[in-house]
Amino acid sequence: MKLMKSKKILAAAAVMMMAMYAPVAGNAADTIKFGVAGPHSGDLASYGLPTVNAAKLVIDQVNAKGGINGKKIEMLIEDDVCKPEIATNTATKLVSEGAQVVLGHICSGATVAAMPIYRDAKILVMSPSATTDPLTYSGEYPNFFRTIAPNAAQSPTMADFALNKLGLTKIAVIHDKGDYGKPLAEGAKKAIDDSGKGKVVLFEGITPGAVDYSAIVQKIKQSGAEAVIFGGYHPEASKIVSMMKKKRLKAEFISDDGVKDDTFIKVAGKDAEGVYAVGPEDVTSNKMAMKAKEEHKAAFKSDPGAFFDGAYAATTVMLHAIEKAGSTDLDALKKVLQEEKVETPVGAINFDQKGDAVGVGYSMYQVQNGKYVVVK
Amino acid sequence: MSGLKVIKKALLTSLWFVFLTFPIMVIKVDPVERIIRWRWQNSLYVALGTFCVYLLAQFILQRKIKKLESQTEQDSLPKESVIHRILANPKQRNLLIVALSAVILAFPLFSSSYQTNVMITALMYVVLGLGLNIVVGMAGLLDLGYVAFYAVGAYSYALLNHHFQLGFWAVLPIGGGLAALFGILLGFPVLRLRGDYLAIVTLGFGEIIRLILENWSEFSKGPSGISNISRPGLFGIELSLDSAIIYLYYLMILFVIVTIFIVNRLQDSRLGRAWIALREDEIACQAMGIDKRKTKLVAFSLGAFWAGIIGVVFAAKTTFVNPASFTFLESAIILSIVVLGGMGSIVGVIFGAMILILLPEYLRALSEYRMLAFGAILVAMMVFRPQGLISNIRRTYRFEKTHSLNVK
Amino acid sequence: MDYFIELFFSGITRGAIYALIALGYTMVYGIIGLINFAHGEIYMIGAFTSFIVATVLSIYGFPLLAIVLLSGVAAVIWSSAYGYTVEKIAYKPLRHAPRLSPLISAIGMSIFLQNYVLLAQTSDFLPFPELIPDFPFMEPVAHIVGSSDLIILITTAIIMLILTFIIKFTRVGKAMRATAQDRTMAMLVGINVNQIISVTFIIGSALAAIGGLLIASHIGQINFYIGFLAGIKAFTAAVLGGIGSIPGAVLGSLVLGLTESFATGYVSSDYEDVFAFSLLVLILIFKPSGLLGKAETKKV
Repeated sequence: MKLMKSKKILAAAAVMMMAMYAPVAGNAADTIKFGVAGPHSGDLASYGLPTVNAAKLVIDQVNAKGGINGKKIEMLIEDDVCKPEIATNTATKLVSEGAQVVLGHICSGATVAAMPIYRDAKILVMSPSATTDPLTYSGEYPNFFRTIAPNAAQSPTMADFALNKLGLTKIAVIHDKGDYGKPLAEGAKKAIDDSGKGKVVLFEGITPGAVDYSAIVQKIKQSGAEAVIFGGYHPEASKIVSMMKKKRLKAEFISDDGVKDDTFIKVAGKDAEGVYAVGPEDVTSNKMAMKAKEEHKAAFKSDPGAFFDGAYAATTVMLHAIEKAGSTDLDALKKVLQEEKVETPVGAINFDQKGDAVGVGYSMYQVQNGKYVVVK
Repeated sequence: MSGLKVIKKALLTSLWFVFLTFPIMVIKVDPVERIIRWRWQNSLYVALGTFCVYLLAQFILQRKIKKLESQTEQDSLPKESVIHRILANPKQRNLLIVALSAVILAFPLFSSSYQTNVMITALMYVVLGLGLNIVVGMAGLLDLGYVAFYAVGAYSYALLNHHFQLGFWAVLPIGGGLAALFGILLGFPVLRLRGDYLAIVTLGFGEIIRLILENWSEFSKGPSGISNISRPGLFGIELSLDSAIIYLYYLMILFVIVTIFIVNRLQDSRLGRAWIALREDEIACQAMGIDKRKTKLVAFSLGAFWAGIIGVVFAAKTTFVNPASFTFLESAIILSIVVLGGMGSIVGVIFGAMILILLPEYLRALSEYRMLAFGAILVAMMVFRPQGLISNIRRTYRFEKTHSLNVK
Repeated sequence: MDYFIELFFSGITRGAIYALIALGYTMVYGIIGLINFAHGEIYMIGAFTSFIVATVLSIYGFPLLAIVLLSGVAAVIWSSAYGYTVEKIAYKPLRHAPRLSPLISAIGMSIFLQNYVLLAQTSDFLPFPELIPDFPFMEPVAHIVGSSDLIILITTAIIMLILTFIIKFTRVGKAMRATAQDRTMAMLVGINVNQIISVTFIIGSALAAIGGLLIASHIGQINFYIGFLAGIKAFTAAVLGGIGSIPGAVLGSLVLGLTESFATGYVSSDYEDVFAFSLLVLILIFKPSGLLGKAETKKV
């Protein structure tokens, strides 16, 4: 009897093992496997899920037309919770499942951790949101591309705008201590210090998700700053902007791409008026951006979230490259990406040798009457 | 309970849940466009789902009660779990060990590098769980900031590798030692604290370490983290990614075996018994002449030591560290491993780690419902097996109480 | 001096916000000795319910006062219902279990509720309607204390008084104290312990709901994750004040809020939490049961 039981356990264990491997086997190469990785649960899910929607929209359209070169596209959606260690699992999973190109990851940290795995597997990776400089500048990741401009391009724009366009000299630089916001803020601080035209009167990080930012706003007021440069995402930005209005602090608020998002205007409401944010070059007149937004509304009955345009663009260019290259071979894809301009929601883009998009310049926007308008 | 009565209660419960989930499941508003969407179909799903889940839960509970009743009639000895029975019988135990080691050793050969990679993570958590088990399970000190020591280990390798190109094997003892030192540092001020006050101070300590790593950019490169950390070396041979993963896998197996061996010996040592005595009753323990201070400090530093070691492995495995990996949630997961497995039980911790780390990975099939299911399973496991999956067998003499008196 | 006063009121407001959540924590802890990690989620659900109700009502064109009252009532009702249900599902079966089991169950519940709201609603941040208007009479001091700050302070004070009254003078309160002291003894003298525990969860959750409404309106945005961080901070505050003590929770929250505010103002907001937690460690070293907690004398 006792022996029977242990045999049963062994059998059960064996069955479990078999079950674990089942999904790996099979599946001939009759589809193109398109990986999507990013945070789809946890606190940063709101940055990852719009990417999934964008990829779904584009891929559904392509599949409806019969796919690429007769092959349908299959999405592999994997969650990395924006954590480096989970991202490595996500990446190995995508590689094991045979993903041929990957859209993602979202957070810079997770992307940096996952990249060596894709590099070894020679898989093209394109991120709509990872901005940390070394991803393209270090030259270590020849398979990495992005539709967002790196921090190095963004932070000088903010500093330059405050100093030269607005002519302000006392500037407070605030960030959210994150892997996106802090390097941006540091870049802006450096640009201001180097220019010699202005002074950084305050450089501090705030705790994201804190219930109340009045103390830091009072400190900004005390520092006598005429402008606040903020590196971080829109939820914190809207909290600070509202608190600045509440505490009657009149200073210009200049922020980054993470804030140049319609959700910011939605959430901050009338407090958003007058806020400046850097964003990819004017896309309001871009027909594709408008079309993408309409598609999202029709399909998901809501406005698209952060990094949607970039993800839509990345999916479009990657599929275009696969179609033109006729394969998913990395070098062939790279060649197409670098040589051919493609019309996307962030403008007509191709990529430079490093992997940064050419044609995604930065403009300064301002919220006017509930809309982002380009500041000329 | 008769069948009809159960159905009636199930109906009432599902009605209650329809009410409960009404605003969040049914109404969806867009405050800017000012549109309301009523999703009445969700109410129906909730009602049906609750009905089925309720019946299922009732069924399981009924069976459990029946089992308990029959047990008290037959013998009042606590029933040992299957695993314990197998472990107690040398013949079966050897069979199990042979079978297990065959599966474990052959694992990377017949599985993809993803499977191996996930298994490495699970093995890392086995060691982390065993380390925390010393502090929480044996010494009874609730530590919610265990992840701090993990971070110390990971960053010591990351920084030493980045600045001085020190290798994995050189840093391994340094990382463990540093973490143990931090364990003593934390241990000193909190010696007087008990129970949940200790918990919150350790939580605070964990947060302080993370915040320092986040803010002190000159030292730790802040939130951007440190990348390109070398993987563990094998006598100077360059390994491809796949073989590096397999190498790390066997390395972790080795670590797990060593840890199990040491922890097992510790448990039966004078020190281990002192910890258990400390957990059961501090005052009585002191009266017996045990140095409370020293015992607690050793528990903290030994627990931290393992976290430090695994921290080094973590940095070597991901080749990248940033503070985002060391949040409070991580501590909570490690603690869950210990409690879920069965406090103080080594086999339990192994099972707990396997379940809690592999579960979210294999739940990926549920895509967006992954974490929802994870939370629900955590609750369900605690409700149905509150003492943990495998409770520790203790050498105890039991004072028998009758069942009816068992109120507390 | 002005700066000091500004920071002081920032700290007090922050403290009052923590207190609204910490009160529920401390009540539950006092009675069953459980760190209810899902409490932050109950607060989040309160905020979401009031958000949904308030938006629906404002679309139907109700006046502001009616919106505030109705959404407040709805938040209280549903949060209490969630608190009650969570207790029944996740904690009641574990009443005789080892001490740490309910803690893990609570963590599981917290993960579940977060993802439940994420899936049923949205992952995005949502604008919370401004339910507290700017009072004209506050204008001269608005740069120091805003209208919503004032309302939060007053509400916290009132709630603390009512709660103290309930616990000190009513039958339910007496039964609660009895249950907290010795559950078996309370049963013997005829107190329905299960009912008292349910009542405690309901009151605690109702407080969290009021907190959710006020805080969300003060911050102006909500998302499924707001409960987690707020919950941890409130828990810290409750421990600081001496967990299980009602005035302790408020005092602990205020001390925590003020520390964070002054640390931001005079040192750096980079390290505000480091200061907060260091203070916690310091206070607990000298007063191991918190500021107002009763020293535990253990009998052998």
